[in-house]
Amino acid sequence: MPKVKIYSLSTCSHCRATKQFLSDCTVKYSFVDVDLLEGEERKSIIEDIKKLNPRCSFPTIIIGDKVIVGYKEKEIKEALGL
Amino acid sequence: MDAQKLYEQLKKVQEPKGYYFNDDKKRTLELLESLIKNKERYGYMVCPCRLASGDKEKDKDIICPCEYRISDVEEFGSCYCNLYVSKEWNQGSIDKEYVPERRPPEKMF
Repeated sequence: MPKVKIYSLSTCSHCRATKQFLSDCTVKYSFVDVDLLEGEERKSIIEDIKKLNPRCSFPTIIIGDKVIVGYKEKEIKEALGL
Repeated sequence: MDAQKLYEQLKKVQEPKGYYFNDDKKRTLELLESLIKNKERYGYMVCPCRLASGDKEKDKDIICPCEYRISDVEEFGSCYCNLYVSKEWNQGSIDKEYVPERRPPEKMF
């Protein structure tokens, strides 16, 4: 199973749905709620996200070497090989 | 202010304009709770699905209802975060597509 990382917001419904979906599929993931970060840490994470998704929208999901922007179930499943 | 109260207040104002709350009530109330949280956090109800800068002037296009709601509901039947939708979207007579971010990237700090 490829590594899964999510850049999310604690208040975002699409981010919540993505996390729920992965949990339902028993897929392990790590995440960062960017709205809860402050100062330099926040700036540096935003720069990282922009490299993957210039719009810096959420969720930005990294599955292996694939980047999926938004809660797109079909694409997520494909990237996970489910 | 609790989410249910905000729901009733906004419904009265927004429905006559043709903007309906998503009839997935659980999700709608969660989004309204997030709006209340953002009001406490930033002082204004910024979109829960976008990263706010904390500067009201920079964030004004994403204060709910955001500037992009009109175009998004027109094209997709729903705003970006699925809080406000059209009658057809709730009825299921149009496809519930993922609404892409319309905010120009240069607005993102």
